[in-house]
Amino acid sequence: MQEGQPLFRADNLAVTYSSSRGPVKALEGLNATLGQGEFLSVLGPSGCGKSTLLKVVAGLLKPSAGSVTLRGAPINGPRPDVGIVFQQPTLLPWQTALDNVLLPVRTMGLDLQAGREKAAELLRLVGLEKFSTHYPNELSGGMQQRVGIARGLVHDPALLLMDEPFAALDAMTREHMMMELQRIWMAARKSVLFITHSIPEAVFLSDRIAVLSARPGRTIREVEIDLPRPRTLATMAEPRFAEHCNELRALFSELVSFA
Amino acid sequence: MNEKLKSVLYPLATFVVLVTVWEIAIRAFKVPNFILPTPYAVLEALQRGYIEGLFWKHFFFTLQSMVFGYALGCTLAFLLGCLFAESRTVEQMFLPFVVALQSMPKVALAPLIIVWFGFGLESKIVMVALVCFFPMFINTAVGLKQTNPALLDLMQAFSASRWHVLTRIKIPSAAGHIFAGLQIAIVLGLIGAVVAEFVSSTRGLGHLISAAAVNLETNTMFAALISLAALGVAGSLAIRYLHSRVVFWDKGSAAQTAATE
Repeated sequence: MQEGQPLFRADNLAVTYSSSRGPVKALEGLNATLGQGEFLSVLGPSGCGKSTLLKVVAGLLKPSAGSVTLRGAPINGPRPDVGIVFQQPTLLPWQTALDNVLLPVRTMGLDLQAGREKAAELLRLVGLEKFSTHYPNELSGGMQQRVGIARGLVHDPALLLMDEPFAALDAMTREHMMMELQRIWMAARKSVLFITHSIPEAVFLSDRIAVLSARPGRTIREVEIDLPRPRTLATMAEPRFAEHCNELRALFSELVSFA
Repeated sequence: MNEKLKSVLYPLATFVVLVTVWEIAIRAFKVPNFILPTPYAVLEALQRGYIEGLFWKHFFFTLQSMVFGYALGCTLAFLLGCLFAESRTVEQMFLPFVVALQSMPKVALAPLIIVWFGFGLESKIVMVALVCFFPMFINTAVGLKQTNPALLDLMQAFSASRWHVLTRIKIPSAAGHIFAGLQIAIVLGLIGAVVAEFVSSTRGLGHLISAAAVNLETNTMFAALISLAALGVAGSLAIRYLHSRVVFWDKGSAAQTAATE
């Protein structure tokens, strides 16, 4: 990795699906960069190809044009230095929280003993140290998603991908989890690529926000969020927070009037 | 009264009423014993059969063909179900034939199976295995294919091997379906055993029924039917118990299986 080069970079990324009605452009001309330890949100209206972007970065889908690189090497398959958290917790219901966190350690054939220690440490970090032997159906939605976050971090990835991880949670749990994620992120010092369609969520959590257009998704604006950390519930009441939200909202209403 | 007590007492009450009505009806209408035996005559036949011991060899014969046939049919069905679910090529090559075989009434094959495997236990085992095969096969294949796609994406992103995904993710995900298949196979397997014994056998509860029919010994026939029912119920209960123990994370699927019986 060269000095000064971003950790993650997407250049003119385009993905075209073939469907029964002919080719569908999901992404076209998407550009984004992510520095070491940075929190970048990709914000876009629904159907803008956000999930496609996630699949490309996770190595599950090949780009049709352009490139994505992580630590200087192109992503052309699943990589052990990427961690993933999905919209649904997608835990294995027949395994305990601890075993669920250990899943990537097992599939990647990493050292299980070291993995166990790391998993216990992460469960402590996400506030579930007392629940490590519980099964997912004994945990609330928010707790399940925290297990999912711990699982995304257990193999110490360089980049954590999160695909609307709080979308399935109720509003109150959601705010709490935003706070929790900020805390976990500040403690774990990971680079995060966070995909969302919620403006306040993106503003609250991000260092920068890449705004995507409607399908085919391309980057139309990058917004720097200069709110000081750690951000709290009070941050959301600050005028600067509201300014950012309004700016983004205005951007989206423009987009919609275009279409 | 609590629910648990009710669930025992109510069916028991129904049973007592039915048996009483049966006994009274036979006396009142003077139904001859060879048309319909009294409950008492059936009980007598059961007692004679199992205490004097004439029924045991028939009972064990049917039990044996059930156990071996069931194990053979279900194991093969499980393995082939996995193969079909995993390989698109295998599925494309063989699926039409499987569907054709499945649509055919398997019991119609019984005479042929007797020709091929003889009059003894072997033909019964094959027959049971054959009828057990399809529900188990279809349920395994369908269950494996219904694994949560997000989970599969996740496993792929975590570089999981195909074997790991099959054994640790897909098979546990399909466990509810697989147990439903096992449950259905018990009931069908018993049908297979009895049909094979009807066609040609010198032993078994099915044979007992057809032999007793010749002499119009309806009480023996009833006694054999009750034995068959007991076998079926015991098998079903055993599978249900296993289901609730193995698939401990999904109580709903255990309840569903019970409903498909």
